[in-house]
Amino acid sequence: MSTDSSLDTREATPTSTSGSRIPGSALGRIGLGALVPLLVLALWQSATSLGWVTSAQLPSPASVYSAAVDLIERGELATHIGISTQRVLVGFAIGAVLGLGFGALVGLSRLADALLGPTIGAFRAVPSLAWVPLLILWMKIGEDSKITLIAIGAFFPVFTTVYLALRHVDKNLIEAGRAFGLKGIKLLTTIQLPAVVPAIFSGLRLALAQAWLFLVAAELIASSMGLGFLLTDSQNNGRIDRLILAIILLAVIGKATDALVGLAERWAVKRWA
Amino acid sequence: MTSTLDHPTLVAPTSVSSTALRVTFQGVGRSFDGREVLRDVDLEVTPGEVVAILGPSGCGKSTLLRSVSGLDQPSAGRVLIDGTAVNGLDTRCAVAFQEPRLLPWQSVARNVSLGLPRGTDRASGSARVAELLELVELDAHRDLRPREISGGMAQRTSLARALARRPGVLLLDEPFGALDALTRLKMQDLLLDIHGAYPTTVLLVTHDVDEALQLADRIVVLGRPDDATAATVTQLLTVQGARPRIRNDEALGRMRSSLLASLGVDAHRH
Ligand SMILES: Nc1ncnc2c1ncn2[C@@H]1O[C@H](COP(=O)(O)OP(=O)(O)O)[C@@H](O)[C@H]1O
Ligand SMILES: [Mg+2]
Repeated sequence: MSTDSSLDTREATPTSTSGSRIPGSALGRIGLGALVPLLVLALWQSATSLGWVTSAQLPSPASVYSAAVDLIERGELATHIGISTQRVLVGFAIGAVLGLGFGALVGLSRLADALLGPTIGAFRAVPSLAWVPLLILWMKIGEDSKITLIAIGAFFPVFTTVYLALRHVDKNLIEAGRAFGLKGIKLLTTIQLPAVVPAIFSGLRLALAQAWLFLVAAELIASSMGLGFLLTDSQNNGRIDRLILAIILLAVIGKATDALVGLAERWAVKRWA
Repeated sequence: MTSTLDHPTLVAPTSVSSTALRVTFQGVGRSFDGREVLRDVDLEVTPGEVVAILGPSGCGKSTLLRSVSGLDQPSAGRVLIDGTAVNGLDTRCAVAFQEPRLLPWQSVARNVSLGLPRGTDRASGSARVAELLELVELDAHRDLRPREISGGMAQRTSLARALARRPGVLLLDEPFGALDALTRLKMQDLLLDIHGAYPTTVLLVTHDVDEALQLADRIVVLGRPDDATAATVTQLLTVQGARPRIRNDEALGRMRSSLLASLGVDAHRH
């Protein structure tokens, strides 16, 4: 195998490309990742117990914790979390499916691009929160308006990444596929779609982050349940402990859902890139 | 692997049905946006023959080859395969490009099977792929991904993929151009073995005069006659001698000088 001794050893796995390795593998990474939050917690604790700030400015970790226990006991916390998560997932699913469909259509068909491209571009130029008043007017303050807003937020990242990725599929690969008799749907499923799978996943990841952003926007403006409502409600009642609790919950749940999609993304990159 | 490539143990093809086909160029010309690249190319390639196409970069070698596969249509004249005109993508041909063009997300074996003709049943398809992988000595690497193999191995995969459809005409567009010198020599030997096992018609584009002399029955030189903008056949040589040929043979040497001269290179400096 001497001719092949120049074996291409570049690997795609992120761990081997990053120069210095973090000791202790996965567990070590989690430990390191938890370090800063723990430090912040310690700082927070000292700031409140040493009197650097007043409890009206920043309640202690313990009082935030008891606010959480209190809300759990009333059964409200589960409702807030449940309804918010449900809205995000439903809106995200709708936006992602539409984004995939339109992204594929506009990315693959010159005609669809000419026909729809400018319109979609114009819609994207509208800051998404500008839709809020209109949505509320049309759909009232029910679930529909919130889910629509979240779907709009999730749509564009998926649409844009899928569209651009399809436009940039290696022309040489497509030509090779054609040379071996692939065309139409078969060409699409054999070459074009697999080639954009990693891009689809990074689009989904962006879309999920957008979905959480729009959830909070929707709930801040008009709702009687959910984490965004908990934020405004606590602000109005001066319950800064609950306010901080809501922020922490948004961070933790947002990060958890992002990690799930991140896992799927890593699998996809390994499998398809 | 070096040793086996040096002394190839040929696998007897179990089920060769490919018949080598005749290729005829009749007054083939091609213009792009009014700029004429090729004109009046006339050439008859007999079944089973290996014809090398030499010419300076950008003179239209790839374009000529693409007109055989149907990836491109000539703007004048026509190309016939086995007496019938090429019209659209022609499945009697198979192509190997300068770059391997493998699907990065598929294994070596799956990439080879992409070349199988549509409608091949699973069992005979995988038997065919196994046979070809053995021929190009990649059977031990069948489950690796393209990024895990060397350039030479990738190019062998690409050759096996082209052979999978038992082409009547094998079109090779500078298939070894990007490989290092040593690997290239081994690939040339492999191509001769392949042609021995599957004696199909081969059109080989190359910019390497020695490669053409080593592999081809005939050599076509494409070039632009004085102050013409379009290229055409400027020289057609028959190379004598059975392959593999002695690389420093005297007659080959003379041919080499003449070819280099027609490509505008001073042979005494090389
Ligand atoms: N699709 C195309 N559109 C416009 N010009 C092209 C196209 N394909 C090839 N050409 C032009 O035709 C000429 C010959 O190209 P090519 O056949 O690739 O040359 P070679 O393979 O001999 O290097 C070049 O000048 C190239 O720019
Ligand atoms: Mg070329």
